[in-house]
Amino acid sequence: MTNIETKVKTLDAEGLSLKSVSLWQITRRRLFRRRSAVVGMFILGVLVFVALTAQWISPYDPYQVLIGIEEVERRQDPCIHLFGCPADQPQHLAGIDGNVRDEFSRLLYGARLSLMVGFTTVSFAIIIGTVLGALGGYFGGWIDNIIMRVMDVLLAFPSLLLAIAIVTVLGPGLINALLAIGIVSIPAYARVMRASVLSVREMDYISATRALGGSNLQILFRRILPNALTPLIVQGTLGIATAILDAAALSFLGLGAQPPTPEWGSMLGSERNQVFTAPHLVFYPGLAIMLTVLSFNLLGDGLRDALDPRLAHIS
Amino acid sequence: MMIQYMIRRILSSIPVLLGILLVTFALARLIPGDPCRAILGEKATQEVCDRFIREKGLDKPIHIQFGIYLSEMARGDFGESIRYGMPVTRLLVERLPMTVELSFSALIVSIIIGIPLGVISAVRHNSWVDVTTMVWANTGVSMPVFWLGLMLAYVFSLLLKDTPFWLPPSGRVSPGIPNDPFYEVWGLTLPAEGFLLAMFQFLSRLHILNSLLTANWELLKDSTTHLILPALALGTIPMALIARMARSAMLDVLGQDYIRTARAKGLKRSAVIYKHAFRNSLLPLVTVIGLSLGGLLGGAVLTETIFGLSGVGRTLYDAITARDYGIVQAFTVVIAFFFVALNLIVDVSYAYLDPRIRLT
Repeated sequence: MTNIETKVKTLDAEGLSLKSVSLWQITRRRLFRRRSAVVGMFILGVLVFVALTAQWISPYDPYQVLIGIEEVERRQDPCIHLFGCPADQPQHLAGIDGNVRDEFSRLLYGARLSLMVGFTTVSFAIIIGTVLGALGGYFGGWIDNIIMRVMDVLLAFPSLLLAIAIVTVLGPGLINALLAIGIVSIPAYARVMRASVLSVREMDYISATRALGGSNLQILFRRILPNALTPLIVQGTLGIATAILDAAALSFLGLGAQPPTPEWGSMLGSERNQVFTAPHLVFYPGLAIMLTVLSFNLLGDGLRDALDPRLAHIS
Repeated sequence: MMIQYMIRRILSSIPVLLGILLVTFALARLIPGDPCRAILGEKATQEVCDRFIREKGLDKPIHIQFGIYLSEMARGDFGESIRYGMPVTRLLVERLPMTVELSFSALIVSIIIGIPLGVISAVRHNSWVDVTTMVWANTGVSMPVFWLGLMLAYVFSLLLKDTPFWLPPSGRVSPGIPNDPFYEVWGLTLPAEGFLLAMFQFLSRLHILNSLLTANWELLKDSTTHLILPALALGTIPMALIARMARSAMLDVLGQDYIRTARAKGLKRSAVIYKHAFRNSLLPLVTVIGLSLGGLLGGAVLTETIFGLSGVGRTLYDAITARDYGIVQAFTVVIAFFFVALNLIVDVSYAYLDPRIRLT
């Protein structure tokens, strides 16, 4: 008895616990051990906080034109009291935009839109992509052939270009831009899902489920999908980064969110000719996009390493 | 074996090319409203439209229309652009060289900076060089191209004005610089039209090539300085991707037993790194270079718009704002074909580097 207890204790001391640890616990532990992933999660946490509380923390209404309300000029430089801006002047942390609105408030509201864009497009692409990939991989044959050839054609276009072509046909606007980006990101998820299905389709536990009378749907969603979850999560997190970048690019070109919506890409696009006279109106929105994309990239990379079973025992 | 592989690979891209044509055809037919006015412009009269619809076969069943479209594409006939008053093909000959120069130089920049950075940070794993490079690479892949371009223009054209580091913020060549096509300088007599002329015109619009062929050093200097900022802006994302991939591939290889063996044999450190390790990490690098080509071509639209370069991307952007669907369709097809061709080259070089691929 005591023998076993001491054995457990020594194992514990060596970090080899006998207690059962779930995949998610291991992942969380390993994720927090990676500095870059922690930085990513921190930035993302701040962004989510800003997005949720934008209406309370932003000093101004993002749509309000300040003419006649305050003594400010069009495209005025940032005025920050901490950095020597006279205290009798109203504080504008990121300056005034081309339509005499508070840029900082618009930036804060932009976080909301940016995160929304990332999550909706990727959810759309994951749902359609996994269904297509699962069908192709599971049933094989001509279904697989047709689905994967269509995916090949979608991948044959540079993704931003295809999105541009789709929005041109659908007409500019945020919803159409989201749809376009969603469509061009489907193939990535279809491929990941198909590969996972193929890797486990012939395994014994699948045959066992079938022998026990499990239906195709049951096998696909209860037995195969959980296996594909980790690559999908990694691909999805990195996909959000790309989606946000592409959506910002479409808005920058005037094909996505339309003014006066406080969207970072469109804010940057409408002031791009003023880069020499009012650089702050280009610098801040771009910085915001970069930080958002960076946070998802860091988190995605961290997740990939943390979820990699080849490194499972390093934790 | 290699030839066989290449033929197989070329044949297998035919369905993809057909798919591209089908998608662009479908997109063009999905444009809401009257196709005639979508292509000829809102002001086209009923008579003009009727004739246009008859000529283009737009009154025929949809599969015959697709057939007509295919045969037009096969003949390189992309129709006329009303706005530019010239065949779209001629517009392409005029605009494509800019995009080729831009993406090519961006790719070169990203390779010659990205690979050494990645290799050095792998060799000096966890040193300050490694940490800085990786922080920089992570930021690099997250930057919007259009923002980076504008910020580079701000720094190099405004802040560094009156210093030797000043670079022009826009345009391809300064006005007033002699820019004669090489075939005129050489005194070649060419047919007044046709494929050969188009080919020579295309080559002569590659400014750097043209300036080298005509020994026009003034043009070479001017066109190179104009290209630096756009190439840097467009090249940063692939550069960061390449640096990251070079680092992880090298780390992978450096941990292998045969590297230890090579070191144990007493080989020089540099020989081990470059002859044994680096060559074996080339394969994943080719993959990542292939993957970044798509981003490069998409990013060209943004870069050309920012730097006022009249390439394919800029023209595409203008065509979108002017709702000139003919150009949008033709240019999308051309860029997608270009992309397929580049991927083909990547695959073939992949097979060249790794015999396992061409033999299976």
